[in-house]
Amino acid sequence: MLHIKCPHCGLRSQNEFSYGGDATVKRPELNKEVSDQDWDNFVYLRKSPRGKHLELWQHISGCRQWIKVERDTLTHEIFKTLKANEEAQ
Amino acid sequence: MQKYSVFSLIKNAFKGHKDWEVAWKDPIPKTEYDIIIIGGGGHGLATAYYLAKEHNITKVAIIEKGWIGGGNVGRNTTIIRSNYMHDENGLFSEFGMNLWRNMSQDLNFNVMFSPRGIINLAHSDAQMNTYSRRGNSMRLNGIDAVLLNREEVKKIIPMADFSENVRFPIFGGLMQPSAGTARHDAVAWGYARQADSMGVDIIQNCEVTGFDISNGKILGIRTSKGNIKAKKVGLCVAGSTNILAEKLNMTLPIETHLLQACVSEPIKPILDNVVTFGAGHFYCSQSDKGEMVMGGDLDGYNSYAQRGNLPTLQHVLTEGIAMFPFLSKLKMLRTWGGIMDMSMDGSPIIDKTHIEGLYLNCGWCYGGFKATPASGWTFAHTIAQDRPHELNKGYSLNRFSTGHLIDEKGLGTKTWIS
Repeated sequence: MLHIKCPHCGLRSQNEFSYGGDATVKRPELNKEVSDQDWDNFVYLRKSPRGKHLELWQHISGCRQWIKVERDTLTHEIFKTLKANEEAQ
Repeated sequence: MQKYSVFSLIKNAFKGHKDWEVAWKDPIPKTEYDIIIIGGGGHGLATAYYLAKEHNITKVAIIEKGWIGGGNVGRNTTIIRSNYMHDENGLFSEFGMNLWRNMSQDLNFNVMFSPRGIINLAHSDAQMNTYSRRGNSMRLNGIDAVLLNREEVKKIIPMADFSENVRFPIFGGLMQPSAGTARHDAVAWGYARQADSMGVDIIQNCEVTGFDISNGKILGIRTSKGNIKAKKVGLCVAGSTNILAEKLNMTLPIETHLLQACVSEPIKPILDNVVTFGAGHFYCSQSDKGEMVMGGDLDGYNSYAQRGNLPTLQHVLTEGIAMFPFLSKLKMLRTWGGIMDMSMDGSPIIDKTHIEGLYLNCGWCYGGFKATPASGWTFAHTIAQDRPHELNKGYSLNRFSTGHLIDEKGLGTKTWIS
């Protein structure tokens, strides 16, 4: 079982969280020219690295906040967690 | 190549089984091949076999990082079916069913194909309606489908929970009688042995470290056993697709996720079909050894670990017990995990790429094993003829940008959601 440290509630078990995918993809900006390729990148294309992966989780059975988690996709080690509006260094 | 038969078995028995030929050789890689297939799993081995058999191309190498059949072809729950609604999936899978039916004879290797039928259970009127629609679509594509009511299901699987006060009562089910299971390891070994006998080099314990590309054309690959030149290269690496894509500077509509399966202790024969729970994601069959073979949802987060976590297993087995209460009495014998190449619409990709001479076979999600022969056959065609076959034309790489998705389950891009 993964143990995820919610930045708002502290260390909780994986059961309380729901996964939200890659946290590095950015929606194309509103009111600007958007190419098909930009949409492709946002909607479909994913790096899915083996190793460090910055991802979104929601503390759905807790504070219900979205958070960012930096996790190793091979070892499942969690390096750090951030509030959704914080940028990873 | 030595033919396997009852006579060769008797002959070798008298000699103390000392004179059996090796099933496939362990060659040193040559400096150049016409075609290199990366990935010695079921799909890679099948591709090499059909390149040799259907297209007479035998200057072929399979490059495998570990050992052949050590990945998902050795980790799946062995289910074979073609019960799809969409034409692309239905016709492709049904073509594969015909290859499955003749595989043991074709490969001279008993793959123990057992067409025991699959039943998808329905737990509401609405689900019966969608199953009826899917069954009709299947029949239009020449695939056998039978809609069963509650009583008919009860005759086939009386051990399921048919009591009155259950959360998900069984309303009926959709059955594909010709679906079934096969011995997964034998599929890999059968394809490997035949491919080897036709001149394909199976190179194991050889990791691909890079690609030689010039002017948009593939020239060869770099491996832990040296550089190898090739006119064409095909990728058949399932869960490792994104790792190789990174080396090719490609970003794909694929995420790698973890899927678990498990078997119980062996028990006497009780279940002679494959049965799936319709109110969640759980499927179950009984192996020839008597183990209940079970699986269900992904763990639900990107992962390259070939091992899972307990919460998902507990969730999946809770569904199993809701369907078959007797499962709660069994001890777990083994659990394991494999990594899935989850595409963004749940359907695979078998296509050319923007690099000349580089071909892609990936995105198999939950359904890679049953697709093994059809995938190998169509991928061999795509590589040999440098264009997709009619059967895999829909499995194009650019369908995501053109909007021609094949979203069988209607899950959208979040294929990890269960």
